[in-house]
Amino acid sequence: MRLPSTSLRMAFFMITSRNLLWVFTLLAGMTSAALAGPFEDALPKLAADSYADTEAGIAAVASSDHPLSLPVVQALRDGRLLAGEGRVVIRDGSGTLVDAATGQASGASASSLKPVRVNNRVRRAVEAALGNLTLLSPDPARRLEAARAVFRSRDAAALPTLDKAIGQETSSDVKEALESARAAIVLNKVDSSSAERLGAVATLKERGDQEALALLSSLPSGIQSDVSEAATRAAESIRTRLELWNAIQNIWYGISLGSVLLLAAIGLAITFGTMGVINMAHGEMVMLGAYTTFMVQELVRTYAPGLFEASLFIALPLAFLVAGTVGILIERLVIRFLYGRPLETLLATWGLSLILQQAVRTLFGPTNREVGTPAWMSGVLEIGGLSLTYNRIAIVVFAVAVFAILQLVLRYTSLGLQVRAVTQNRRMAGSMGIKTNRVDALAFGLGSGVAGIAGVALSQIDNVSPNLGQSYIIDSFMVVVFGGVGNLWGTLVGAMTLGIANKLLEPYAGAVLGKIVLLIGIILFIQRRPRGLFALKGRAVEA
Amino acid sequence: MSILNMTRRNLLALTAAALVSGATAGAARAEETIKVGVLHSLSGTMAISETTLKDVMLMLIDEQNKKGGLLGKKLEAVVVDPASDWPLFAEKARELISKDKVSAVFGCWTSVSRKSVLPVFKELNNILFYPVQYEGEESERNVFYTGAAPNQQAIPAVDYLAKEEMVERWVLAGTDYVYPRTTNKILEAYLKSKGVKSEDIMINYTPFGHSDWQTIVAEIKKFGSAGKKTAVVSTINGDANVPFYKELANQGVKATDIPVVAFSVGEEELAGIDTKPLVGHLAAWNYFQSVDTPDNKAFIEKWKAFTKNEKRVTNDPMEAHVIGFNMWVKAVEKAGTTDPDQVIDAIVGVQVPNLTGGVSEMLPNHHITKPVLIGEIKEDGQFETVSQTDSLVPGDAWSKYLDGSKDLIADWKTLKCGNYNTVTKKCGA
Repeated sequence: MRLPSTSLRMAFFMITSRNLLWVFTLLAGMTSAALAGPFEDALPKLAADSYADTEAGIAAVASSDHPLSLPVVQALRDGRLLAGEGRVVIRDGSGTLVDAATGQASGASASSLKPVRVNNRVRRAVEAALGNLTLLSPDPARRLEAARAVFRSRDAAALPTLDKAIGQETSSDVKEALESARAAIVLNKVDSSSAERLGAVATLKERGDQEALALLSSLPSGIQSDVSEAATRAAESIRTRLELWNAIQNIWYGISLGSVLLLAAIGLAITFGTMGVINMAHGEMVMLGAYTTFMVQELVRTYAPGLFEASLFIALPLAFLVAGTVGILIERLVIRFLYGRPLETLLATWGLSLILQQAVRTLFGPTNREVGTPAWMSGVLEIGGLSLTYNRIAIVVFAVAVFAILQLVLRYTSLGLQVRAVTQNRRMAGSMGIKTNRVDALAFGLGSGVAGIAGVALSQIDNVSPNLGQSYIIDSFMVVVFGGVGNLWGTLVGAMTLGIANKLLEPYAGAVLGKIVLLIGIILFIQRRPRGLFALKGRAVEA
Repeated sequence: MSILNMTRRNLLALTAAALVSGATAGAARAEETIKVGVLHSLSGTMAISETTLKDVMLMLIDEQNKKGGLLGKKLEAVVVDPASDWPLFAEKARELISKDKVSAVFGCWTSVSRKSVLPVFKELNNILFYPVQYEGEESERNVFYTGAAPNQQAIPAVDYLAKEEMVERWVLAGTDYVYPRTTNKILEAYLKSKGVKSEDIMINYTPFGHSDWQTIVAEIKKFGSAGKKTAVVSTINGDANVPFYKELANQGVKATDIPVVAFSVGEEELAGIDTKPLVGHLAAWNYFQSVDTPDNKAFIEKWKAFTKNEKRVTNDPMEAHVIGFNMWVKAVEKAGTTDPDQVIDAIVGVQVPNLTGGVSEMLPNHHITKPVLIGEIKEDGQFETVSQTDSLVPGDAWSKYLDGSKDLIADWKTLKCGNYNTVTKKCGA
């Protein structure tokens, strides 16, 4: 320890002796003499070759109380901390280089500098350091973040700041987070008293989530016996609570899988369900929708980056048009010659699906395409013990909306009326002056278009690759057949049943076995009720 | 005999001769070039990975021809498309060897495709260079394994996590087929030998192309909150990776909490994902595009120029083909012929530089020496090497950690055996 630390200690001594005037003069002297403090000593460590040194450097910088320590750690987090020629430099938002030791503009040449290397270990240290440094930040979101970071790092050095932060906290959310961070530290600190620890256990029990459970079930050794008893009891009660939430969570997963199945299958419910056409190229309509989304995002990125958040909404009508047009073309050029010959239709559309896949592969390449997720679709919504991801919520809502709109179209538009008429009795409908050919083409286009907009949603959770559709075609047929051919409500119930059953089975049977069990279940069900859950009379049934 | 030099009369005579004996003319033409078979799927599910390898083979062959070919002859690539269909792999391999008379074949990706072509290569006695990391437990006379064996990828990765990240609890997640199952069996035995308890290992398999990862990611989160540092070792293959990583990002599983180390995710796979939420997750390979060596720089430049695309990335299996091809060229030069028997004998011991600054050698067990690199995913979809072995690691055909295989060795130079049992002193297990 060299001069500055003695002066620090002296400053501390002065405070205790309450000689404030002295302190001020000393502090004023320190800022000008701050050329070789602990902060400056720690800086070169950040740029060291070994990650362990960098880690130690971060801790030293964070605890140095230097005004520049926060910017330095933030720069390290964002990859803006550069080092070279024995200097450590911050690159700020506008690209200007600032010397990390002085805060003055740096004369270092950009070419000699390299970003400080970071790995997970360093990243953890950065998170912990940022937590300690931003506990008193004026921004409540920052404080919340900081409290969470301290909760994870359980760094006992943060305790004084934490107490201060709890004392002046106004937001209840942040206060709760700060208190559980404090509890985490107290529980693991070597010299905590039994009463302090019991308080911490109570706080964690109140928090009652997975992380609290983790803390309570991994107490340090040599803890007081009454504390460990209380912790075991608290852990037990949290576990029971979580068990319950878990069951609800699984049902949510089921609903979310069900809505994906519904989206994929609902177009098929029209083409297969009401028209009786076995369309093996249905999955490729979904794929076309996903690629349309990709194209839209590419264009938006190049020409109107501001619209990115809305790119999915722009993609929806386009995906409907693209897939719908391809659908109508397929119907006019291939399928209409094959009505009433299911086996030939099956083979022809399967061939078409291969052609479409290879066409996309040639056009876009065989590798996955990146479709970005808008900010409003990322992140998690925490309700009690449930964590619902926004993208899944969006897909559930979207699936329900598509279902409702499709129902309305079939129910209240003249196209819907004609489709239903043709479905029930083609000849009679024809005699009444309905152009059955036209209705066939439009219904096929509608089914394909809906598959296209399903592709927009699926691009958010799955690969956008030429194989995208293949993985959904079997599931889609399963849903439609199980739900009952020719009935949209059947498709809805079928999709949700399969989704929830799958997700309830998965934790116990595993993903592979779960799927097998489900398939066997469906085979048995179809044998008992060949027409599915909701059987309907119509052309499909009579054919 | 270039067409340009021929006079019209010569051409006429030649045509006449060709008409008289079309078969001989065909044979004569076949002698002018050395044919190299490229057996990678260009359509179907595996096209996503294998198309690139076809391109890199074409580039290597093109480059060798610019250098003057091999044994004074030009090389000629014969590309076939087995369409991700395993039985078709065997059929196409037979076609390459019997009909096209290729001297060696570079191909296959999945283990099942390799197993499917094995009998063909044995029966027709030809050479296969297999460029992908795989589960080991195999050494065939006709196959050269230029990808990593488990001891060149999986085990060093686990060691890194245990040492650097202090991981004590392990999730072994994989797609349900032979490579993940064998690798996980080896890893489980290895971890247990290091004192990890059974309750600290969770093994999970999912079907091919699994796309709904909500439950499994939630389970991983739960498993990881038992107070001990947890990591996921992923042998998840192909298309299932993107939804897996998307779900990880969505549920907020960060690399600083639960790092995922993957054995099948490289630069190509990452090209289809937004990598910002994945920063810090790891991959273990023997090559990264980001490796800063002059050889690698030159290779990347050539690759971008060859594909005429600035955005094309390079990856580990591509490097394996580079090494394998160069080894084959050297062995052919050494043997003075492309005859498979003589090349198989000549290639053992051949050394060629790899792209990470070392020199790889073909071992008697038909595996090669490679460095092991652990990389963390960066924001730009590339990897930052965070650990690299000091020296090259020789590939083990048979794992030391499995009961059935720890006594076996492969040696095609002196023992002439792929599964010699050192206890019973017999070939054939």
